[in-house]
Amino acid sequence: MDLEIHVVHYLVVSTIMLICGIFGFFTRKNMLATLISVELVLNATNINFAVFNRYLFPGQLEGHFFALFGIAIAAAETAVAIAIIINVYRNIKKIMTDDVTDLNG
Amino acid sequence: MQQEVTLALIILLMLVADLFVKESNSKILRVLAYVLLVVQIAVNIVPAETSAFEGMYHSTQMASVVKTILSLGTLLVFMQADKWLGREDTSFKTGEFYILTLSTLLGMFFMVSAGHFLLFYIGLELASIPMACLVAFDKFRHHSAEAGVKYILNAMFSSGIMLYGISMVYGTCGTLYFADAAAALTGTPLQVLAMVFFFAGLGFKISLVPFHMWTPDTYQGAPTTVTAYLSVISKGAAAFALMSILMKVFGIMVEDWTLLLGIVIVLTITVGNLFAILQKDLKRFMAYSSISQAGYIMLAVMADSGQGVASLVYYVVIYIVANLAVFGVISSIEQHSGGKVERDDYNGLYKTNPRLTFVMTLALFSLAGIPPFAGFFSKFFVFASAFHTGFALEQTGYWVVVFIALVNTIISLYYYLLIVKAMYITPNDNPIPTFKSGVMERAGLSICLAGVVFIGLLSCVYQYLTDTALLSWVS
Repeated sequence: MDLEIHVVHYLVVSTIMLICGIFGFFTRKNMLATLISVELVLNATNINFAVFNRYLFPGQLEGHFFALFGIAIAAAETAVAIAIIINVYRNIKKIMTDDVTDLNG
Repeated sequence: MQQEVTLALIILLMLVADLFVKESNSKILRVLAYVLLVVQIAVNIVPAETSAFEGMYHSTQMASVVKTILSLGTLLVFMQADKWLGREDTSFKTGEFYILTLSTLLGMFFMVSAGHFLLFYIGLELASIPMACLVAFDKFRHHSAEAGVKYILNAMFSSGIMLYGISMVYGTCGTLYFADAAAALTGTPLQVLAMVFFFAGLGFKISLVPFHMWTPDTYQGAPTTVTAYLSVISKGAAAFALMSILMKVFGIMVEDWTLLLGIVIVLTITVGNLFAILQKDLKRFMAYSSISQAGYIMLAVMADSGQGVASLVYYVVIYIVANLAVFGVISSIEQHSGGKVERDDYNGLYKTNPRLTFVMTLALFSLAGIPPFAGFFSKFFVFASAFHTGFALEQTGYWVVVFIALVNTIISLYYYLLIVKAMYITPNDNPIPTFKSGVMERAGLSICLAGVVFIGLLSCVYQYLTDTALLSWVS
């Protein structure tokens, strides 16, 4: 039995993460859970970059670097997002999306 | 590269100045920002073609012109912000406002002149992370925070989707340089999927239907000046970046993405227009109006030619002056009347503030595309470029899209005129009282007004853009 791990196995994982992230983004009610879903999407892309680089183009480092930058920028985004969510909480003491609906129409 | 370096220097200078200027003297910061931005525009007025970081950064002459236009638009936004920043509850964060705004501008500069997907992505994020801070700038106003949350979550999600598309490009090409990727792409289904993911990600930024859900909420909740900035500068930069990447990198799948664009344009213009009719809040109304304007901008992308590039930039210029004139009036009235932004508040405005009403009317006429004003010419050239491509390729699909866009122009005329009617005709016993706006606000509005009236009539503007576009995109 061949148990070696190939590109396709990683891609299955990353695709599942992407789908979970998109699904979570649209269905979660807590803003922090929404943020976690978005992180799933971003990390799925990081897996993709690393795997493509490692298996398909082993001679270069472009994909690894992109993954590193992706992690750093995602961290910056998360910091800002959490800061704004905290600000929402300070203003109305709630962070469920159902309660943040003053702007609509 | 010079434009980015000077802008980065300006940001550093503002940071240092913010440290040393006392809160009570925030006027110094405002003057400094004007002067520095004027210097930035003046030293970079001559477009140049530069390349740096081994091709990761590649700025064509057209990109250079676009950057100058974006800087000019930012200067106009700063002029409008004058009154708002002078207020007691915001004056202590004047420095932050300028630093954040200029940072997003720097991000857009990198975005429009990237030659590598990594630099493009960093530019995009540099443009959207500080933008979220700006949207949530009014810390103690709940609506601002709510708008900020909606903006940052959507921006993160869309860049995630876009990154997934880029990762597929990398997996199939083995390179992320635009030029190399364009040579390696063959149009396999996976690559088409990558293009669609990428398009969806940028579609969020330009707020195309069906990715427009965040736009009305964010525009309504954000401070009015930030809304103005978001609706013209951010959108113009993203539209230009999308066009250059679709043309440069995904050129081989031109049939796929023009089909995609055709569907999205029809949806965007129609949905934007139909929802705009229903709005009572003017900022929300302008959000839907800007969604439909984004659809018109995309028509130029669909043309996929040098003429399309020129007409897109031309459209963006005129959209900047017209939209900023409208937002200038809205923000002026909001600041002087204690936060009135409903359409019904504008009833009878002509009696008390005839000049502001006049500016608003001309700007709305321009947005609707009524002949002597600039908006007519920009719409004309955009339609002409898409029509011309359809003619050259003998595809009736282009004509159908242009025709639907044309019909929508008439619908848009209806809702723009609703505001004009409110201001001139609808009687009102208690109109907004007469007020005198500040020097900078008036100067900004005058520039916008001059732009709305004259840019269309001065044919040299369009000629200049066409010449530059043909230099950059030989097609």
